Amino acid sequence: MSAIQLETRLIKGRRTLWQNIVRTLKASPNSARFGMIVMLIYALCAIFAPWIAPFPEADTSAKGMLPSSWTHIMGTDQTGHDFFSRLIFAARNTIGIALITALLSFFVGSTLGITAALQRGWFDQGVSRVVDAFLAIPVLIFALMMLSVIGKGVFNLIMILALLDATRVFRLARAVALNAVVMDYVESARLRGEGTRWIVFREIVPNILPPLITEFGLRFCFVFLTIAALSFLGVGIQPPSADWGSMVAENKSLISYGYALPLYPAFAIALLTVAVNLVVDWFLQRTSGLRDGK
Amino acid sequence: MASETKRVKGDVLLEMKGIVIDGKSDDKWNPIIRGVDLTLKRGEVLGLIGESGAGKSTLGLAGMGFARPGCRITSGSIIFDGIDLIAASEEKRRGLWGSRIAYVAQSAAASFNPAHHIIDQTTETALGHGIMPRDKAEADARDLYRRLQLPNPDTIGLRFPHQVSGGQLQRAMTAMAMSCRPDLIIFDEPTTALDVTTQVEVLAAMRDIVEQFNTAAIYITHDLAVVAQMAHRIMVLRYGNLVEEAPTRTMLKQPTQAYTKSLWAVRSLAKKERSSDDIVLDVQNVSASYGNHIKVLDDVSVKIPRGRTVAVVGESGSGKSTLARAITGLLPPSTGKILFNGQALPGALKNRERDTLRRIQMIYQSADTALNPRQKVRDIIGRPLEFYLGLNGADRDRKVVELLESIELDESYIDRLPSEMSGGQKQRVSIARALAANPEVIICDEVTSALDQIVQEEILKLLMKLQADTNVTYLFITHDIATVRAIADEIVVMHKGKVVQQGLKSKVLNPPYPAYTELLLSSVPQMDPDWLTGLLKKRQSAQA
Amino acid sequence: MHPVLKTVLQRLGLGMITLFAVSIIIFSSLALLPGGYAQNILGQGATPELVKNFNHELGLDRPASVRYVEWITNAVQGDFGNSYSGTTGTIKRSVSAIIAPRLYNTFFLAATAAIVAVPLSLFLGIMAALYRNSWFDRIINSVTLTTIAMPEFFIAYILVYVLAVKLRWFYPNSTVSANTPFLEHLYRVALPALTMTLVIVAHMMRMTRAAIINLLAAPYIEMAQLKGISKSRVILRHALPNAWAPIATVIAFNLAYLVVGVVVVEVVYVYPGIGQMMVDAVSSRDMPVVQACALIFAATYILLNLLADIVSIITNPRLLHPK
Repeated sequence: MSAIQLETRLIKGRRTLWQNIVRTLKASPNSARFGMIVMLIYALCAIFAPWIAPFPEADTSAKGMLPSSWTHIMGTDQTGHDFFSRLIFAARNTIGIALITALLSFFVGSTLGITAALQRGWFDQGVSRVVDAFLAIPVLIFALMMLSVIGKGVFNLIMILALLDATRVFRLARAVALNAVVMDYVESARLRGEGTRWIVFREIVPNILPPLITEFGLRFCFVFLTIAALSFLGVGIQPPSADWGSMVAENKSLISYGYALPLYPAFAIALLTVAVNLVVDWFLQRTSGLRDGK
Repeated sequence: MASETKRVKGDVLLEMKGIVIDGKSDDKWNPIIRGVDLTLKRGEVLGLIGESGAGKSTLGLAGMGFARPGCRITSGSIIFDGIDLIAASEEKRRGLWGSRIAYVAQSAAASFNPAHHIIDQTTETALGHGIMPRDKAEADARDLYRRLQLPNPDTIGLRFPHQVSGGQLQRAMTAMAMSCRPDLIIFDEPTTALDVTTQVEVLAAMRDIVEQFNTAAIYITHDLAVVAQMAHRIMVLRYGNLVEEAPTRTMLKQPTQAYTKSLWAVRSLAKKERSSDDIVLDVQNVSASYGNHIKVLDDVSVKIPRGRTVAVVGESGSGKSTLARAITGLLPPSTGKILFNGQALPGALKNRERDTLRRIQMIYQSADTALNPRQKVRDIIGRPLEFYLGLNGADRDRKVVELLESIELDESYIDRLPSEMSGGQKQRVSIARALAANPEVIICDEVTSALDQIVQEEILKLLMKLQADTNVTYLFITHDIATVRAIADEIVVMHKGKVVQQGLKSKVLNPPYPAYTELLLSSVPQMDPDWLTGLLKKRQSAQA
Repeated sequence: MHPVLKTVLQRLGLGMITLFAVSIIIFSSLALLPGGYAQNILGQGATPELVKNFNHELGLDRPASVRYVEWITNAVQGDFGNSYSGTTGTIKRSVSAIIAPRLYNTFFLAATAAIVAVPLSLFLGIMAALYRNSWFDRIINSVTLTTIAMPEFFIAYILVYVLAVKLRWFYPNSTVSANTPFLEHLYRVALPALTMTLVIVAHMMRMTRAAIINLLAAPYIEMAQLKGISKSRVILRHALPNAWAPIATVIAFNLAYLVVGVVVVEVVYVYPGIGQMMVDAVSSRDMPVVQACALIFAATYILLNLLADIVSIITNPRLLHPK
């Protein structure tokens, strides 16, 4: 067989993969499609916030507490921010910070987890015991405590949550990697004399990716909700940055007067987590269904 | 018992007609059973055989009017002793289950509730159907335990399921099924999980008790020799269809269908043994253990001649797989040494040279776990070529195609994932991966036991062909004597971590035997329907 | 020694070690403070003299190990030291004295929510498992999936908006004091308890459903069915004895979740519990109070998981009846 023939076959192989993705998306249930569309809209809002929002993020030129009008679709808050613009800018801050935190925690947690599963011995024992101790403290409580010690601020927030969340990721990554490590194909690679890098990146990682991706979706939701809760409690993202959690907190007194304004940012949070959950749920059913249908 | 009808041997007890059963997979219903008729007379034992996926368990359970979750009986009729089981209410069916139709499952350990005493589970059926009072039911259970030759029949019922052995539990489950003296018992692969020496006792006990009470039975198994001992009549199933049906002796002597004949084939495969004095691998007084516990290998010495097939046989826990791990370096021996081409092999894997690793390859029992599900055949077979021989790009692919040809797969397989191949094809790819390294020794760890009978034969033939072509040495680990007969030159018998015997096939398989070899060999079911009777007679007279 | 007793003791010992490790984490996290606590409180302009005095006054100039031993020995006896805020001259406010009434309030709220939520979600979960894939199961499944994804304060404010502001059935704020009569107290925690119940039931019901489905898939359940015994007997005699361990785990997990959930809910309803107190202490950086609250939360969390493990151990037939 010539190299050209092989090359065409390779490309054909790739195309079927792409076709697979399209086919999978076409077969997705409505709930998952709804989730994906919502996520897409949020992503667009976050990326193009300055172009979409009618007013700048920290603009307070308007009067406070204006009712909704053509200029201010949702009115203004007590300090005179255009509420709608704040809502859009908050997407950028809240989602961005949650995403960075989740990525960081994932990188740290899964690296440690896979290493522990592969090495076993003292490394696994040591890290596992430390993680067990951290797991015994609820994330929100620990985050509150640490923020009071090292002070509020976005950097501190990301670091603390990423560290705490990494312990949860570690547990899962270690468990799924342990399942993969005992497989005969890993032993076979070992017997061949393969190095650690090959075993991790060619034999183990491709096989534990589906549960890890699912977990990433759930971890993102958790981190996102925790940041929202901390901001709501006044120790998360700080003004003048717009953020949904603190927007609820800043305007919460309006509720008693019958204004639904603080419900909007809370709804924005809920809608995104519901959307991510719907997609994750579909993904979970698909991957576990494949395993059963063997 | 509960039945008012007069029980006459020879009357039709169960009549199933045009049975179609669907199973759900990927949200779609696909047929598992495609229109099968089954008739069973009182006191008759019907053997239901077929390979995995043939639908034999599904059909057996349908005989009770039961479909597992995810299955549904879409058409056909099931008449049990005049009662239409499909039309019957759930209440009515439940009244029959346990009392008139009983079920014996494959895994006794999983099918007994861990939370209750064995005797309470044995008598539960009789008590639940209000057939006898507790004291009578318990006395009866003890009687059944005695008839099934369980040790300490008076007290064994007071134990919990996890406190007795697998073979004993399987007999206790038979007692449970027998407690209401049902008209029909469905045996669903009851001895598949047992070791061969344990299997004999369980088979004998089950056969006797079914005979004593004149109970009809459907005996489901994939093992022809087992069904030959148990059944009066045999039905062969494949892909949910009935292939052939005949009385046992007729079926064994004159199978009419090509498929049925092929099921017999592996038994007739027998390689002529060849001796050799050129030793490639010399295991000398090796002991090994996991952690600091009991020795799994105890002073094991084995010589493996070049270009030959040495079969290591033994039951679970005999240490045969551990021997493979010691040779490959996964479990360094605590004492003793292993010579490879006359030179001592370093004990641990990481101390061995790449070229040494290349020379000893391994093939696993289950290709499902031995092939990375995310790699295509190109990479699975190509990696050893790249890793050991430095082949890349088109050279590598050319060699992969060559190897595919040698395992009788065409080049289109190069882009397949393991999930896109059948069990036999996957095992072929495993073989090609081992061959790619151009090894001197291949360790085959139960390579055929996860495969269907016909596929087993093909794989064994392929392995022999490859040996003839390349003069590779096989260390063949198995528990299946038929496979040993088919492929071995020499045999090593292992028991509890020790070597009982090593020698040429003709020597080991013929008397005089050491005691354990005799027990092991005599326990292997033969295709002769009189084998079990004969064996029991022989053992009895030996005891007397 | 009997294996059950041995395993329980081992588990208790492990729980103690975990608690010890957690207390060290809580204590030492304060020592991580860059520049020292005093510098942070007094500002960059503080003279070394001032910092020294401040540290001496709070006992922060002694070695960390000494301070830890002192802190933990007192803490075990219920003494968490004195609050930083409101400490002027000779007037000292004991942390324990501040915490005690608030701990009672939080316990009151959590217990109210748990008493409703636990039986309700077990019932719903078991029903959903028994009638799997029915319309009941599907509706419950999508409702709970949505509820789980929502932040507690969203649910809380919707309830406030509808039930308190629009319908005026409840007060928007759950202010109580030590003198509030029991029934009045119950009425005032109704909204926060309802909020927590909604959140917990969703989680707990899903987990119960999964655990029961897993249990019913066991071969011995199929065997029991095929023995023709009644449906209720299959459930009561064959499923239930093996269900304690998974159910205990589900309950413990969710009660632990509830303990954390009180923080946000208390703030929404301005309910004077330990959660709101911790948030205030975090804002004012009142370290002894923060530490005490964190330790109490963590200890509850560990205790609940410990209880679940012990239930699993003492209902495990393989341990109860060793070979």
